[in-house]
Amino acid sequence: MKEEVPIAEKLAKEQREISVSQFFTKNKHLLGFDNPRKALSTTVKELVDNSLDATEEINILPEIIVEIKQLNDTRFIVTVEDNGPGIVKEQIPKIFAKLLYGSKFFKMAQARGQQGLGVSSSVLYGQLTTGKSAVITSKISRNKPAHYYELQIDTKKNEPNVIKDMIIEWDKDHGTKVKIELEGFYQKGKQSVDEYLKQTAIVNPHLNLIYINPEKYKLEFPRVTKELPKKSKEIKPHPYGVELGVLMQMLQDTKATTLQSFLQNDFCRVSAKVAKEICKKAGIYEKSRPKRIAREEVENLLKAIKETRIIAPPTDCLSPIGEELTLKGLKKEINADFYTTVTRPPSVYRGFPFQIETGIAFGGDIPKDEQIKLLRFANKVPLQYQQSACAITKSVINTAWRNYGLSQSRGALPIGPVILLVHIASVWVPFTSESKEAIAHYPEIIKEIKLALQDIGRKLVVYIRKHIKSKEQKEKIDLFEKYIPELAYSLSKLTNHEKDEIESKLKKLLKKELPTLEAENGAKE
Amino acid sequence: MVQKNKQIDKLRELGEKVIKDIDRNKNPSITIPIRALSNVIFNEKTKTIELGNKNALRYFFNVAHSKKFLQTVEIASILKKELLETDKHEHLRGVFYIAKRTIHGTNVNIVDEQTESDKVIEDLEVITGLSREQLHVSANKMGSMVGNIVLIDSGDSIDCSKLGKGGYSVPSITDELVFKKINAKYVLYMEKAAVFERLNEDKFWIKNNCILVTSQGQTTRGIRRLLQRLAEEEKLPIYVLCDGDVYGAYIYSVVKYGSIALAHASERLTIPSVKYVGITMDDVIKYDLKKHLIKLDEKDLARIKQVSQYDWFKNNKEWQKQFKMMKEFNGKVEIQALSAKGISFISENYLPNKIKNKEFLD
Repeated sequence: MKEEVPIAEKLAKEQREISVSQFFTKNKHLLGFDNPRKALSTTVKELVDNSLDATEEINILPEIIVEIKQLNDTRFIVTVEDNGPGIVKEQIPKIFAKLLYGSKFFKMAQARGQQGLGVSSSVLYGQLTTGKSAVITSKISRNKPAHYYELQIDTKKNEPNVIKDMIIEWDKDHGTKVKIELEGFYQKGKQSVDEYLKQTAIVNPHLNLIYINPEKYKLEFPRVTKELPKKSKEIKPHPYGVELGVLMQMLQDTKATTLQSFLQNDFCRVSAKVAKEICKKAGIYEKSRPKRIAREEVENLLKAIKETRIIAPPTDCLSPIGEELTLKGLKKEINADFYTTVTRPPSVYRGFPFQIETGIAFGGDIPKDEQIKLLRFANKVPLQYQQSACAITKSVINTAWRNYGLSQSRGALPIGPVILLVHIASVWVPFTSESKEAIAHYPEIIKEIKLALQDIGRKLVVYIRKHIKSKEQKEKIDLFEKYIPELAYSLSKLTNHEKDEIESKLKKLLKKELPTLEAENGAKE
Repeated sequence: MVQKNKQIDKLRELGEKVIKDIDRNKNPSITIPIRALSNVIFNEKTKTIELGNKNALRYFFNVAHSKKFLQTVEIASILKKELLETDKHEHLRGVFYIAKRTIHGTNVNIVDEQTESDKVIEDLEVITGLSREQLHVSANKMGSMVGNIVLIDSGDSIDCSKLGKGGYSVPSITDELVFKKINAKYVLYMEKAAVFERLNEDKFWIKNNCILVTSQGQTTRGIRRLLQRLAEEEKLPIYVLCDGDVYGAYIYSVVKYGSIALAHASERLTIPSVKYVGITMDDVIKYDLKKHLIKLDEKDLARIKQVSQYDWFKNNKEWQKQFKMMKEFNGKVEIQALSAKGISFISENYLPNKIKNKEFLD
């Protein structure tokens, strides 16, 4: 009998390292590159988001230029240039040509990007579809030279591959310019690049944006305020927001020497008293060394945290747009009759602070008999896909818009001439997937969105009532003015009184009766 | 012409009242008695359904009323100017077309559907206390008559014994017919034209010396007025033959006591002396018709419940027994079911026997 090879050994031969490109190809949809059209808009989006984060970082008014050049039916060059702080030479290759490299992932602060996946995945997508390098130019100050890089990603090692590295002249004090060639598809409409930029302009009224589209047409989105958004602050994590794996990692990485000091120093809102209480509940000695706490003990620790009352995290770390600036943003990009905005006070879900803002534009050019247009934003970034999977959409649908002057069928968005903006700002926005297109359904978040919608709904209905009331009043006068000659004619036939005399008397009577018509309206015979 | 003047005056009065409101700087209104079950009274003494005294006000300066107000005045003026003053008659449909015109500067018509003008004409009847016929408005002719009766219709002498299968087509206004010669013992009125044809072919009216009258379905006003006049002026007994169901019972009650919609005209239309000859639920047993019963549906049961509670049926023990039996049998029976006993069973056996033995319901 022939000796058999154990299955485990067979399997071992099949097991090997997965390259990032293979991973990427299999998971394109998770990162927003499902199809050529979306790939183009995701690339623009990642670059613009980064530029906005960068300028915000150094408190300057952003000047961004976006250009999409069409080479043929399916090939494009996307260029995004900003006036941000620039990137130090050594960092450039890693930031653009290494996946999962970034600073924001480890920070508890409100930012557009979070995972360090965005830009490098665009670079990789361009490389996989065209074979071309990404071209980066960056300058950090007037006195320093501009660095020019042509980069590829070594897809086996997930390391940058520098094709060209040189110093060039750049007539700019500081900033970064990124050029990526890729396979894509350009289309206008609902989920287009154009729409994304327009929405970005609404929620970033301090942004000056120039956009040259594939038709070589230059669109300007001018700045309407010099007021910079409040800078978001970094905060330490709150114990309620921590998960097992993260907690274990934190215990390993901490500089603290005792469990109690770890809890007090590495988290927010943990006082000595609270830290001791957690240790006691977990049954772990408070002076234990964090690095030596066993896995089972970490589980107990996590359970103890959940059972301990800890005050909510500070919320001053958030950077909402604000009611006034949201209003300005809506007014500059949308032609409507009425605008209103609401910014809710900050709230907390699972230890993460967040804040909901909403705005409405009503009437004007907005179509009357269609479902309202919902604009969703997370940390000032437009969410263009997966509308139906999003907690924002769910909250809008579950709000009784009939109370607020719009018609609505069950389980659907309301109908009316409305563009509704909903923005969630948070140090950690819970998305349903890595492509960051839909907000996860946390009850605390849904509740806050609904409260915001109710607030703004009340403002809307006041306007609608006034607006429609005066319109109805006019229609009523109109109706009676048309009926009066007819009645006068019929009455003169019936009674032999003069038609003109009856008519003029009825017209006088109409003026007198008009105020009481309101009250009588709806009274049945 | 004296009578016409009275009608013209009544309509003008309505207009003058509106003018008076306008002159007094008041929101013009028209008072209309309510025509619904809630404003209908069954007068136990006279055995007729009468209109109560609840009124509704229709205002011109009221968004919900203004169009109806305009319709009311416009149609009143049409009846006065186009019909009464020129001594012409017009059909309900014709009045609708005269009134149907577009209001200047709008795309709104004064009336869009005939039902709107029909309702306004009924309103005008209750407002003026005049009947539709007196206002020179006629309705569909839906009835026939045969028998030993000679009458004068618009100057023409008509012998109803010489009109073949169809019989005399009863006009919608029967007030002005003159009865010239009558040789009959009673009048048999039936809801079904098919039964009328059967009895006419069998020469039932010759053999039994009677007059046969029918109108398809609900009894028209012309027929009701004709039957009333035959009963009151000629003292002829009137017998009603209907299907054995709740709808037949209601048809009979309309002829006898009046209807809710036309409660205002009861005086001119009801015939308290009328008797119901069949079909009854007792006939179903006696003539062994059980296998020809049609099963009651939910609508039938609901209607039985409703009709049996009307004031004019509520205290009628015989009819309450009929309704109870309908429910027990869970069925209804058509007159034509008698054909199962032989095609002429109804004319040779059923009717002569029932009438001879006075097997009637009141």
